[in-house]
Order: sequence, then structure tokens, then C-alpha cells
Amino acid sequence: MMEITEGSHAVAEAIRLCRPQVISAYPITPQTHIVEALAEMVANCQLDAEYLTVDNELSALSACVGASAAGSRTYSATTSQGLALMFEVCFNASGMRLPIVMSIANRAMGAPLSIWNDQQDSISLRDSGWLQFYAEDNQEATDLHFLAYRVAEDHSVLLPAFVCFDGFILSHTYEPIDMLSQEDVDRFLPPFSPYERLDAADPISFGMYATPDYYLEFRYEMDRALKESKAIIQKRGNEFGQMFGRDYSAMVEGYRLEDAETAIVAMGSICGTTKDAIDEMRDEGKKAGLLKIRVFRPFPDEEIAKLLSHVQRVAVLDKNISLGAKGAVALEVKDALYGSGIPVKDYIIGLGGRDVRKKDIKAIVALAEKGQGDMFYGLRREVL
Amino acid sequence: MVDKTLELFDCGHRACGGCGAALAARLITKAAGTETIVVSSTGCMEVFSTPYPETAWKVPWIHSLFENTSAVASGIEAALKKQGRKEKIVVLAGDGATFDIGMICISGAFERGHDFTYICYDNEAYMNTGIQRSGATPYDASTTTSPAGKCSFGNKRPKKDMPQILAAHGAPYIATASIAYPADLMKKVEMAINTKGPCYIQVHAPCCTGWGFEGEKTIAVAKLAIETGLWVNYEMVEGKVVKVKKVVRKPVEEYLKTQKRFRHLFKPTRQDAEIAAIQAIADRNAEKYAIDIKLKKE
Repeated sequence: MMEITEGSHAVAEAIRLCRPQVISAYPITPQTHIVEALAEMVANCQLDAEYLTVDNELSALSACVGASAAGSRTYSATTSQGLALMFEVCFNASGMRLPIVMSIANRAMGAPLSIWNDQQDSISLRDSGWLQFYAEDNQEATDLHFLAYRVAEDHSVLLPAFVCFDGFILSHTYEPIDMLSQEDVDRFLPPFSPYERLDAADPISFGMYATPDYYLEFRYEMDRALKESKAIIQKRGNEFGQMFGRDYSAMVEGYRLEDAETAIVAMGSICGTTKDAIDEMRDEGKKAGLLKIRVFRPFPDEEIAKLLSHVQRVAVLDKNISLGAKGAVALEVKDALYGSGIPVKDYIIGLGGRDVRKKDIKAIVALAEKGQGDMFYGLRREVL
Repeated sequence: MVDKTLELFDCGHRACGGCGAALAARLITKAAGTETIVVSSTGCMEVFSTPYPETAWKVPWIHSLFENTSAVASGIEAALKKQGRKEKIVVLAGDGATFDIGMICISGAFERGHDFTYICYDNEAYMNTGIQRSGATPYDASTTTSPAGKCSFGNKRPKKDMPQILAAHGAPYIATASIAYPADLMKKVEMAINTKGPCYIQVHAPCCTGWGFEGEKTIAVAKLAIETGLWVNYEMVEGKVVKVKKVVRKPVEEYLKTQKRFRHLFKPTRQDAEIAAIQAIADRNAEKYAIDIKLKKE
């Protein structure tokens, strides 16, 4: 059923439909609307979950660790500073192979303090062993939560997942959403069946320490599970498409890419603007296309190499910066294209909520055509 | 009733001979029984009991991080509630994890009123990392980060009063205990796990390695702490002290002399003023908790 909903509320509704047993909540802008909406659902008996109003984000994710280890489906949401406070727990949750799903309403990292959007927060946790999904619009932000639980809880994966959607740009925007029914979601997402759990009837030890004789193998198995989750994403994404008409089997998607000379690579809501800019450039006879990355972890390197094999140049839009190096997406795209000879230029853009418009995308394509890039785009003149 | 033959903390773990914390774990799990989930903080106990792929725990056990045991326990409690399960949840954390790094998580969990028992095995310093001071380290104890030296007598501050802090959170049951009094400790654990809401027990668990005494003296040292009034065993129900272990008090010197961490108070020269300051701490404890047994005059 189509309804006009705020992004955060659509995500909260998706979570309700996933039937989590334990939700932990801590307020932080621009995520707060999600947990407020969930609290209302619990208060009105629309959602039968334990709702913990914890003392900080470290506790929020730690409570999910406990609940997930005890065998319950769990959920939390955060952003930016809150995610940074969870840093330690993020590595812990993945290391213990707990399929927690967490929404990230992407926001910049301080200092300076900024409540506005970029993707520095979740990107900074790229090495933590979580799956990372990025939504272009609120329909995708909603649907990706169903997919995230389905994939994370698969016994061949058993890793936690971020569903990332741009703070304010998506979280606070009203869009028409085709919301699944409870029956639909129950058909797609079976109840959580933990691989193992804390249980007095069958005692096990969780979170033991590993000596140098064993640690390497733990990390290897996590990496293997994350890489092999590509097949599960493809399978379940396809299944979702069969059932509801929106296919998420591909981790990357091309837009007017088949005959493109310049490929723009982007993640998140900027993809929508980019598509419009591409349409206008195409009208002007310029062969530009988009490669949208929907899944950043596991990183779709082979898929990217395949889709970009024919282009003359690549312009990566990075809403993050690995300070002292380049944008994280560009670094990985370069790795994926290594040996192809295709030049990849990086454009750091939109940090801290700086607006990105169609004209900016067009300007970046023009820069790429001139071989100019690996730069912060749109800087105020006084810093130059 | 506690089944004293029950062994849920198995032998073969890697604790030092004479480890007070290992004894505490054994007694606590005996008292808690098989229907218990244990949440451990990072620390000595976690490390000596669970080197992968071995574990000493015969009850379900989880270790997540140093500071987050109370939050993990909160999540477990919520999950059990939702699943209709009845296991009891016991946190076992050291004093660093409790007095210092875990304070926010503990305060949050106690304020929210989760049904679990938090047990701090208090060996009065960060032992796992090599004997650094914590908020539980007593006045004048020499540790590696509060060493006694030419211009220092060791730790400059008295011990933080954690039981009072948690009493202020409205915890229904709080107790202090000592490994020197196993029956008392087990009774208190039993009481705590059968009391609804967040309960706290602080167990004095001497560390032979960190305090500097021979492993066979652990119980004797723990007992002297009680007998000198430097450790008081009491129970608090709804914030009121209801029961106290009374003693015929010995001078604090008898306790201090058993441990290298206080050696600088006696050698090379005796530090009368410092010993008197520690005696004053014991005297205040004695007065506050009325622990003195008055002997009849001849």
C-alpha cells in the first residue's frame, strides 16, 4: 500500500514488521524519529517488544549484544557520535557473530560538531565486520531492513548489518512508500533462529579470548562469511524482487551506464540527484552514467570491475574522507579497477551537509573529462 | 537451598595458586546454581577461565567488553523476559570494571531496574594489566600507577563507596562479603538472585600476586581485613543496613604487615602517621557500621 511517510517513520514501520524482541534506544539527531516512532508503537501495543531506554550508545549496542546472544532478534539505531561511541561494541558484535541490525541515519563526525549529513560515520566502521547497505531513497531504506535481517541471520553469514540512509536528506523527508504488510514480511523473513544462544539447558561460553594460536582463524572466518554473504544477498534480494517487485539482488546498479564514457560512482541519496543530472547531460549529448553502490560491505569489487570495464574514466563521489589519503569509496573502486588502465578520480563532496546539486555533478563530470580530480569539490575560496 | 557439592566453575583454569577471585567464582556459581547465565567483564577472571577453546564455566557464560557487563545483562534480561525464560543473570566483574570504567552502564541498568545480580570481585586494583590503582584501591596501597616512593606513600585516596552509590539508585538488596566467609557469601548470593530487581554484592577477594603475600595466606589475609575493620561485611535491604558482621577488632597493622603493597609503611622506617590514618579509616568503619563487639571488663 502506498503511503506518504517520513523516512524515519517508514524505517520504524519496517522494524515493527520485522518483529524484533528487544529494541534499545538512545536519542541522537537525526536518528531520533525512528526510536520515538518505535516507542509509540510499543506504548500503543502495536509492537510487542522489550524497549530499553539505555544510558548511552555504548550501552545501546551492548544490550543488543546480550539480547542477541540470548537468542532474540534485536534492533538499535544511531548515527555519527553515537556510532563512534559504539565503536568497540561494533567489533565485538561481529566477532561474536551476532546478527544485530542497526539503522544509521548518516551524519558527519565532529569536530567541528555537525548534525548534517555525510557518510563518514559508517564508512569509518568499514573494517568492523558489519554488512553495510546504503539506501538511495526511503523505499530502499525501508526494504533494505527486511533484506538486512534475512541475510545477517542466515547461518552461513551470522554477522551484524548497518542499513545506512542519509540523515535529514532521507530521514526527515516525506516520500511515497510502498509498505509491505505483516503477512508479506512474515513470508520473507522467518522468525530468528539463533545458531547458538545462552541457555542453561545447553551451556556454552560466548566471547572467550583467543591466543595467537587461534585469533587469525577467527578473523579469517569472519572475512570469509562476509565475502560469501554476497551470494546470500543476491539470493534473498532476488527472492524479495520475486515477491514484491523490487529486486535487490544486485549490490551495484548501473544507470545509463551501458554506453557511458564517464561513469560516476556514488552511494546513498546523492544517486537520485546524479540520475537527474545524467539525464540532462545525456540530453546535451554527453555520455555520462552512474554506478550506484548499494552494498559497501561486502565490497562488490568484481561487480564494479565488470560494470565499469568499458568506460573511459571514473569519477567517484565520496561523502567521506580518509584524511591524509582519499575518499574511502574511491580507494576501493581503484582497487577494483586495478590493472584495467581506467583512470579513477575522486571528489570529496557534500561533507557536513553541504548541498550537492545537479550543476555540481555536471561540473564534476567536466572536471573528470579534463583529467582533474582527487580533490575536495566546492570549497570556499578563502581556504584555497 | 545451596547445593554445596555443585561445581559449576571447573578446575583446570589458569588462575594463580591462591587466587581469591577464582574462589569467589566457585562459591558464587555454587550458590547461583545451574539456572544461571553469567556475564563477565574483561579482566583476570575472564582471562584465566576462558582461553579458547577451553572454558571453566559449566553455566552459560558471556564476555563482551570491559565496561559493558550491565548493559549486556540488561539485554539478556529483556530477551529472557520476551522468551518467557526463567534463568537468573549474574554479572561477575572486577573492581576496575565496576568502580571505574563500567560506572555509566551500571548506573543505567540499576536505574532501569533490570532483574539481575551484579557481583564485583574486589581485589582492589587492575590486576589483569599488572596491578594499577582503581577507584577501589585502598589508601596508601602501593600499585604500579600509585607507587610508594620518596615523596609518596602510594594511593592517595580512600576507596570509593560503591554500595552506597548503588543504594542511592534504589537497589533492593546490597551486600558486602568476603571469600573468608564462604557460607555467608553463598547465602548472600542466594538472597540477591532471589530478590527481584538489580542487586549488588561486593566480594573482598585478595590477590596474592598483586598484594604481595604467599598464595596459602589468601583466606587469612581476607579474614584480617574483616577483623581489623578495613573491610566490613554487611547487608542492606531497601537502602538500610540490616545486618553487620561484628568483630573483636585487631589493630590495622596486623593486616597491613601481611602485604607487600603496604610494606613502605614499615620499612625502611615506620610511618606512624600513615598507619594512624589507616587506623582512623577502620575506626570510622567501626563506628558507621557498629561492628565492635564490646568485651566485658575484667
